[in-house]
Amino acid sequence: MQRVVSPEHLFFEAKREPVFITGSEAVREAIKRANVDMAISYPITPQSESMHLVGDIYKEGYIREYFRGENEFAVMSAVAGASMGGVRVFTATGGPGTLRAFELFSTWSGARLPIVCAFMTRGVNSPLTIQPDTIEMSYLLDTGIIMLHAENAQDLHDFLLKAFPIAEQTEVHIPVGVFADGFFVTHTRETIEVAPLDMKLPPYNPYNAPVPVMDMENVPIRQMRDPFVMKSNFVSYAAHASWQQEVMAAAERARPSISRYLGGLVEVENADADVLIVTSGTAVSISREAIQLAKQEGLSVGLVKVKCVRPFPTEEIRALTKKAKAVIVPEFNRVGWMAREIKSIIDDNAKVIGAPRVYGGMTMPAQSILAEIRRCWA
Amino acid sequence: MTKKILTMSPAFADIIPAEYRELVADGPYGRDVGVAELGTFKELLEEHPLCAGCGLALALRIFLASLPAPEDTIVVGSTGCSSLVFPQAAVQNIHSLFGNQNSVASGLKRALKLRFPDKVKDVVVVAGDGATADIGLDMVMHSWFRRENITTIMLDNEAYANTGGQESGMSQEGTVLYMAPKGKNFPKITMPELAREAGCAYVAVCSPAQPRKMEKMIRRAILLAREVGPTYVQVLTPCPTNYKFKNNDTIARIKKLEKDGLFKQREYITPQAQEMLDKLEGGSK
Repeated sequence: MQRVVSPEHLFFEAKREPVFITGSEAVREAIKRANVDMAISYPITPQSESMHLVGDIYKEGYIREYFRGENEFAVMSAVAGASMGGVRVFTATGGPGTLRAFELFSTWSGARLPIVCAFMTRGVNSPLTIQPDTIEMSYLLDTGIIMLHAENAQDLHDFLLKAFPIAEQTEVHIPVGVFADGFFVTHTRETIEVAPLDMKLPPYNPYNAPVPVMDMENVPIRQMRDPFVMKSNFVSYAAHASWQQEVMAAAERARPSISRYLGGLVEVENADADVLIVTSGTAVSISREAIQLAKQEGLSVGLVKVKCVRPFPTEEIRALTKKAKAVIVPEFNRVGWMAREIKSIIDDNAKVIGAPRVYGGMTMPAQSILAEIRRCWA
Repeated sequence: MTKKILTMSPAFADIIPAEYRELVADGPYGRDVGVAELGTFKELLEEHPLCAGCGLALALRIFLASLPAPEDTIVVGSTGCSSLVFPQAAVQNIHSLFGNQNSVASGLKRALKLRFPDKVKDVVVVAGDGATADIGLDMVMHSWFRRENITTIMLDNEAYANTGGQESGMSQEGTVLYMAPKGKNFPKITMPELAREAGCAYVAVCSPAQPRKMEKMIRRAILLAREVGPTYVQVLTPCPTNYKFKNNDTIARIKKLEKDGLFKQREYITPQAQEMLDKLEGGSK
């Protein structure tokens, strides 16, 4: 029997127990405590196991409804329908699944749905790959969803659980995607800390939504006198434009709660160093290793771990990189979207080194980051 | 929804639009009114932006009058001409994307079952032939395979009308339309039979040329979806704009298609559905 506790209690006060589990199992532990009404699944490597485990906890009674859809586009649509019906809903996908479902993500934010979705990132075709790669995050940057990037299983667990109260605030009420690097996080085991199992988040209250719940329990009368879609006039353009601005504003209004629950949009070590590494996901862990190797050579390097990619920690990164002479951005994708993001917000962007970039499923040797660090002193 | 939710504060009554006040005073919520009573109560649809003579407009008027419980009905639509109507109807409506209507409805229906275990909430999909038989076919059929408790209504104008008159899977073989410059080279998709095979408890084909018959089929489909399983109604709604016939010839066109053997009203009822119908209708029909 689980009792409802406040998010603050669950996140910060409850005594946590260590467990040695995989990233997929960390998803299960988060969802067990998230008071989720419904989950909808569809298999794709490396995500499948997480939704198997969510199915197991449905059988155990932690979730009230669960089914497998027929493809990711259908699943993300069903998730939208469930959310419009006023329940807390969860799903997960990754890589090609993300792309198959792509049309839905911007409609989730446009419809102001507080859906929480885990993305176990994977490379996309062609050629066929099932290996880790964060390129799908690049595609999702402008869909209006909030994007949190986990470094490890602990982050994945914590970010997922915290995603619900962040998403469901009236002034926010847009989806939150929690991203974890496929295989590196999902299929590896580590010790993480979890709150007691007899606690769960408060239930979702659909009547806190800034848009009507589709349950015919609120006034159903004509949303508009003329549907905007077919009108070529200023009012319809302005309605669409202001709606998009409002979705962007909703993400901005999420900053305080993301900051409160995650302890900031970024996490910083040795901020005064001349050379900074700024990155997200598992590239952060490898960067830590590289920083240790550099230290043995007498090179002092700082680290900025970006936990929240949307909204982007623009002011934080501007301030942190101001005095640095070089900013190294290691990434697990071909396009270097994180480097691009950083370059786009700082004045002296020639100092941003978009390397190393590893993709196609390879691991990123700490030495490859160390090589970039050494170059800064060459 | 109880009528109380709808009722406005007396202090605001004078600034509330007339059509809203009429709906509160004289709407169909919680009342046993249908097609026979059209003209005696305030209808759910207030004006519409569709073309003159549009088969959809007529069918939607009948559809909305046929709802067994409009106060607890949510309509899930799809992109197309019908999606232009629902923003002006007094039932809640979801337009999500093109083709995903049955997936949205599946999630919605299950959510409403969780939230209102002791209350019936009718989830009715209303979409065009392109949305149902082409772009959304997999999701339509999978909702049937899964035995979702939803009603799917196809407004079949035998073309993509809102995009300007392209061939759809439901167009008649040989018809020259955009994207079928030499005429459609495969037959009209046999959706009612697919629906029957895919697990629908009740399947009906009808048209607004016979409003009372259409009403009966819509009501049957919605009532059976509550208890028995998925249901499908295919409504022939010819399009004067794209098929270029006179806009007062819509009904005549339905009759001509019927006479030519290109349209056939029919019902497929599973034994369980028939059992339920016997109970609901007292075996009288």
